[in-house]
Amino acid sequence: MNTALNLAIWLPLAGAVLIALLPSAERLARWIALVASGLVLGLAVGLALSFDRQAPAAQPQFITHLDWIRQLGASYFVGLDGLSLPLFVLNALLVFLAVLVSWKTQQRTRAYFALLLVVETAVAGVFSSWDLFLFFLFWELELAPMYLLIGIWGGERREYAAMKFILYTVGGSAFMLVGILLLYFNSPVKTFDMVAMGSQPYVGSLAGLIWLLVFVGFAVKVPIFPLHTWLPDAHTEAPTAISVLLAGILLKMGGYALLRVNFGLLPGATRQFATLLAVLAVVNIVYGALVAMRQSDLKRLIANSSISHMGYVILGASAAVAGGAAGAMAMQGAIFQMFSHGIITGLLFVMVGLVYDRAHTRQISALGGLAARMPFVAVGFVMAALASLGLPGMAGFAAEFLVFAGTFPVYGVATILAIGTIVLTAGYMLWLVERVFFGPQRPEWARLPDASRLEALTVAAFLIVIIGVGVYPRILGDILAPTAATLAARLAS
Amino acid sequence: MDLRLLGPEVALAVAASVIILADAFIPGGLSRRAMLSVAALGIAISAWAAISLGGSSASGFNGTIRADAFSLFFELLLLAGTLLVLLAAATLLEASPRYRAESVGLVLLATAALMLLASATELITIYLALETSSLSTAFLSAWNKKDLRSNEAGLKYFVLSAIASAVLLYGIALLYGLTGQTHLEGIRQLLEVPSKAPVLLAAAMLLAGFGFKISAVPFQMWTPDVYEGAPTPITAYLSVASKAAGFAVLVRVLQTTLPDTQIDWPLLVAIVAALTMTVGNLVAMAQSNIKRMLAYSSIAQAGYVLIGVAASRQGTGPVLFYLLGYTATNLGAFIAVIEIARRIGSEQMADFAGLYRRAPGLAFALAISLLSLAGLPPLVGFFGKLFLFWAAIQANLGWLVLIGVLNSAASLFYYAQVIHTMYLLPGEGEVSPEAPNLSTGSLVVAVGGIFALGIFSAPLLGLAITAAESLP
Repeated sequence: MNTALNLAIWLPLAGAVLIALLPSAERLARWIALVASGLVLGLAVGLALSFDRQAPAAQPQFITHLDWIRQLGASYFVGLDGLSLPLFVLNALLVFLAVLVSWKTQQRTRAYFALLLVVETAVAGVFSSWDLFLFFLFWELELAPMYLLIGIWGGERREYAAMKFILYTVGGSAFMLVGILLLYFNSPVKTFDMVAMGSQPYVGSLAGLIWLLVFVGFAVKVPIFPLHTWLPDAHTEAPTAISVLLAGILLKMGGYALLRVNFGLLPGATRQFATLLAVLAVVNIVYGALVAMRQSDLKRLIANSSISHMGYVILGASAAVAGGAAGAMAMQGAIFQMFSHGIITGLLFVMVGLVYDRAHTRQISALGGLAARMPFVAVGFVMAALASLGLPGMAGFAAEFLVFAGTFPVYGVATILAIGTIVLTAGYMLWLVERVFFGPQRPEWARLPDASRLEALTVAAFLIVIIGVGVYPRILGDILAPTAATLAARLAS
Repeated sequence: MDLRLLGPEVALAVAASVIILADAFIPGGLSRRAMLSVAALGIAISAWAAISLGGSSASGFNGTIRADAFSLFFELLLLAGTLLVLLAAATLLEASPRYRAESVGLVLLATAALMLLASATELITIYLALETSSLSTAFLSAWNKKDLRSNEAGLKYFVLSAIASAVLLYGIALLYGLTGQTHLEGIRQLLEVPSKAPVLLAAAMLLAGFGFKISAVPFQMWTPDVYEGAPTPITAYLSVASKAAGFAVLVRVLQTTLPDTQIDWPLLVAIVAALTMTVGNLVAMAQSNIKRMLAYSSIAQAGYVLIGVAASRQGTGPVLFYLLGYTATNLGAFIAVIEIARRIGSEQMADFAGLYRRAPGLAFALAISLLSLAGLPPLVGFFGKLFLFWAAIQANLGWLVLIGVLNSAASLFYYAQVIHTMYLLPGEGEVSPEAPNLSTGSLVVAVGGIFALGIFSAPLLGLAITAAESLP
């Protein structure tokens, strides 16, 4: 029983219940949310510092394992390993920053912050569950609050975007549930305990079918072409803080689940489908970048760049089946990229939100020359854009380098195509910065204020993490390397 | 000794008589408070009597009644459901002073009959219990005497239930002709199956008779009209109590009399299950009245339960658990609808727009109930479906599970539509906030049950399986 981990999972939900029980606490709600998410962030950082980096990676740490539904072989089993810990911290960090970003929310404050906290518990649960059944429950718990967050506080087409989001995700979940049940009934160990399932993986004739069923559920979330069409709508219509969470952590749920369930529990089938994965990854990378290039809406552009960047995760993962040093490095890169993309895209959405809050338009053609009026926002935006295109010294570079170096010996052509896409990324990012912030000043934007102190602090927090991880990647690498190596080795054998 | 076995039913019948007679002879009638107090007292004594029998598997009245854990489970479920329905109706009873003693009394009598139905082990007794409950509910459906739709509901229920009873009687007669027995166990012992046709025909006729009670396709025709026309508390009662007892007798008769190794009734039930959930869900999508939508949804829910019935022995425990969760969930939905309709004066889903602002508590309760009906975790509806599918996979009914999963996913469409209307669409008008009353109290219990039964599903499933195993 690990108190800190359990507290970090359930504290946000307790905060949400507290907000719901205090009937007229519109102002208090944000403080409750801030304290709850701040405590969770502290706990998560504490867990990361006390994580034993030398321990064998086959077992999670900070374990709590309790009996739950014995008739089904389901238990309450939570813990963290090198794959889940970075994402667990990322969740705590981004939710805390999302509370700061939405500090000025006026509309239905109580419901907003309560739902935000429910999402935090759900995602923390997904990243820390070692029982497949529990994992599924947490996965579903995130759905309804997210639907409401997009649907109530979103932009003009919020109802359409929220409906599309929930229909895609529920459809994916149905496939996933059937896959999970099939896996349980055919697995030799007859349990949902993922440690036991992983140590004695199912290799029978249904492995391919099960792999595809759960893959559909996760691919919707990542998202992988052609299941990605909900993403531009949802990310664009969601309010700023929710876009940060959608891009920053909800997409990671898909990538994480792919590595944890498909790779961890069905290594044999993963080897069969590795090439397919690599092809889909390259399609994601190139297609996302091309679509991003010709967007006229600031937020839609960033949303599409997410599709492209999540492709690197899938590419690195697919190369891990080769095993050896290259496979381990590719896997490391995939996990690293999930963290980097989460924090970088989170910042990009914050910056877009800052611009939109002031100019009330997201049309790139309507903006221009903003740097003169809001230098701080311009600097933050440029830094985020540079991080996104993989500038050395920032988090994105460390991740992408690992992916490319690990993938090249395995899928040469795919790697070259992916590296080539960096040029496209640099193209649309720099072109975006140029059109929005530089060029002639426009009279209608002559009175825009720069970032407030709170906003500047939030942006600085993002930048510190991005540059910190970029300059000293071992802070993350040491945690995830043993797990990545174990995963890759198990795939190759 | 024998009479003790009827204790639970007698307690309710006495309470019903006291309420009706006292109301008739006391000048000015019985107050609502007194009426509900007597009813609650009767329910409490009845529950105490049932518990003190303790599922002893004692049999009495020449083997026509059996007090086993199975009947105890259903008796307690029915009593809890009845109590919640009566509390939910409290405010409505205040508003309509006429015939209210009769309505409370008839609800108690119907429950007594349903309890008898759940514990009867002889076909004639089953028939009598079924008729008593149907007659009471037919009158209750027509309770709004000046309302045409309510009259239509009562008449429709009466005529169609009479037809279903006739078919059931044919089935009973067939079994009697084959074995010379009306006791369920006697039938099983004497039933020789040289030619399967007459036995299968008898099984189909029993299924038709009980299928009416649980609104299984193709015997569901009455459901939407009666649900829409009857007063909403009665609709709630029909959808949970009447349905649960229908499943109790169906499971008991099928399990006790017909060996599934020789007669393939599970396949018959499986086909009915597939039809029932598909028809229910598809038609529910096209509804605009919330009570009609819930009527079709309750048809679909019966289809899910039939998956467990088709899974035979191993499905019985999950069936019981599902009915427990379904009772809490559907009561939550209907009580929320009672309160919402009373405040906004409409049962049209379109008028629920913006309810989130106007009545946040009721909107939340209805949303949670609908999500549980759709089977979203961590609510009890999810666990109930999971256990049913689980049993069906083990009974090699994978195809039926696939249909069930697809139906669940499709059903989210119309359940979410209501939530969408309440939470995302702008609405007009204000609803004046009201102090908590008995009705909202019962709503809190039901919604709390939706969460608690889901999270603590493991021990409850254990209880349900124990109850299921007490069947001979």
